[in-house]
Amino acid sequence: MIEFSNWDILRNLLFAMQWTILLSLIAFISGTSVALGLTAVRLTRNPVMTRFVKVYVELFQGTPLLMQMFLCFFGLSMIGYEISAWGAAILSLTLFTSAFLVEIWRGCIDTLPKGQWEASRVLGLSFLQTLRHVILPQATRVAFAPTVGFSVQVVKGTALASVIGFVELTKAGTMLNNATFEPFKVFAFVALLYFALCYPLSLCSKYLEKKYHVAR
Amino acid sequence: MSLVKLDQVHKYYGDFHVLKGIDLDIKAGEVVSIIGKSGSGKSTLLRCINGLEEYQQGGISVDDKEVTSEDIQVRRLALSVGMIFQNFNLFPHLTVGENIMLAPTIVLKKSKAEAQTIAKAMLEKVGLGDKFGSYPEKLSGGQQQRVAIARALAMNPKVLLCDEITSALDPELVGDVLKVLEQLAKEGMTLVLVTHEMNFARDVGDRVVFMHQGKVWEEGNSKKLLSDPETEELKQFIGAVL
Amino acid sequence: MLNFSDLLPYTDVFLGGLATTLQLTLLTTVLGVIVGTLCASIRQYGNKPSQRAVAAYVELIRNTPFIVQLFFIFFGLPSIGLLLTPWQASVIALTINLGAYSTEIIRAGLSNIPKGQWEAAKVLGMNFRQTLVRVVFTPAFEKIYPALTSQCIIVMLGSAVLSQISVQDLTYAANLVQSRNFRAFESYVVTALMYLGLAMLMRYIFGLIGKRVFAFREAS
Repeated sequence: MIEFSNWDILRNLLFAMQWTILLSLIAFISGTSVALGLTAVRLTRNPVMTRFVKVYVELFQGTPLLMQMFLCFFGLSMIGYEISAWGAAILSLTLFTSAFLVEIWRGCIDTLPKGQWEASRVLGLSFLQTLRHVILPQATRVAFAPTVGFSVQVVKGTALASVIGFVELTKAGTMLNNATFEPFKVFAFVALLYFALCYPLSLCSKYLEKKYHVAR
Repeated sequence: MSLVKLDQVHKYYGDFHVLKGIDLDIKAGEVVSIIGKSGSGKSTLLRCINGLEEYQQGGISVDDKEVTSEDIQVRRLALSVGMIFQNFNLFPHLTVGENIMLAPTIVLKKSKAEAQTIAKAMLEKVGLGDKFGSYPEKLSGGQQQRVAIARALAMNPKVLLCDEITSALDPELVGDVLKVLEQLAKEGMTLVLVTHEMNFARDVGDRVVFMHQGKVWEEGNSKKLLSDPETEELKQFIGAVL
Repeated sequence: MLNFSDLLPYTDVFLGGLATTLQLTLLTTVLGVIVGTLCASIRQYGNKPSQRAVAAYVELIRNTPFIVQLFFIFFGLPSIGLLLTPWQASVIALTINLGAYSTEIIRAGLSNIPKGQWEAAKVLGMNFRQTLVRVVFTPAFEKIYPALTSQCIIVMLGSAVLSQISVQDLTYAANLVQSRNFRAFESYVVTALMYLGLAMLMRYIFGLIGKRVFAFREAS
């Protein structure tokens, strides 16, 4: 058996963490893009479209992310769409992220006082002009902190990709555990590395929230 | 000639009959104060005039154009009807100057320079010429409300609707806002105010409309009506507020 | 191509998994909210060191994935002599997880209570504990009840991961069924819908409880 020093364990974990970071980034960016589209759709106030977004949110917020990943990975290939673990992880994390962000942003838009819409209306601004010049500039400010806060959930969500066999930080942890039989140490390291990724994001979100609240 | 004309306007919130057949005729240059208890329908009436609220029966016209609350209509209406709110509703992310310039530039399609000239002139008019670059949150309530007036004036409206615009202000700040209104009245601006400021209604206003239970209960020359009310309800109301 | 009838022979497997998930959810929701309430009270009113300790606990849990917490407890703790069954490890992990999140949520509720409420209770001669339990908790929980409901649902959904340490929950059932009849898509769709139903059920039950507990809001 090969001896693993602490450094060996950490080195391997750090290497795998690159994939966690990459997966998080891709999922967050694509999730944000989809959420932007869905928010636009929701803002049209078309009853059919609004309903669609509502069901979408309900579906992906109301089912386990792990189940979504299984469906994307095993499910899709069973019905004829071959997809890699990497692809399935990105797809499911995108759906998951967008569903939560749409809902978070909805809250941000809805907290703006009704008076902002009314004042714009009596000044003669059209719906789109009101959105562009009055609502969105304010809503994005409010949305910044919770959006950064949610990125923590995305990073943590990537850990589930380990279950479908994608080698990122958590999967590397289980593999190292099998090789070293030192689960306490290995998973403590894994947890600390996630913490090192997530805590700065949490702090950033808290800072933004404070800054915004003072500015209001 | 009449600028704002209401003809048997009825409005319902579900089963609740808010406005029960309102007739009103407001001439250009007139200053009309709408008074009454809360729940009497006075704010609703004001919001119907510029299409913020729908009404179910009757007709409202401003400057001979029919008012409905369909969006396009409201936008066209915005060119002749300005409105000021109790809570100012300034845009907090824009400076005072940008607040005023926004609608002239994107609705009236004026050039930025032109809009800026207008904004500065309007700010001077309300006595806040030095606040062009400030953000609303840095201003007192009274100053914010004057900015809101300047913002409405920048659209060069024919009539200005004021919905309890001094109610959210600290007492010592009310005077500045009323002074601006008085100046506007002198210059011949048509004003329709929902207000609790009886002194202002009597001294500056031409006419008082007393609303009660969704109806125009009593109306007439402001000095006469407030000193010598006819109906029991108005007597009670005046007794309660003075 | 899709064939859901192949799932029918496995109805018992699904129902067994559902029962396990339900039991775990019920137990850990109660435990987690109790832990959260205690920790939130400490975080808000305790002395400095205990506040720090709670803050560290909350941040540590909130910034690491649940699956890693679970693996640490199930695989890691035995190596320092703490042997746990999958079920025990699950209850501990879920409770700790929900406890951390609900601490943060409940604390927000507590900090929202106006000082006047404390002062009013004090001049009426109530002590700290009486004030907290009789005066502060109800309005504090009312304020954060929707957020707490959502968090409990999120933790329930997160419990799908327990299948990875061979707890025979709903997800475990889904995996078992699809490995037998090779109907992965159907099996996972049905399971996902069961989770969805469970989430809706939780929201409904929380709503009912909330209506009773916060009845004072209805009267006003």
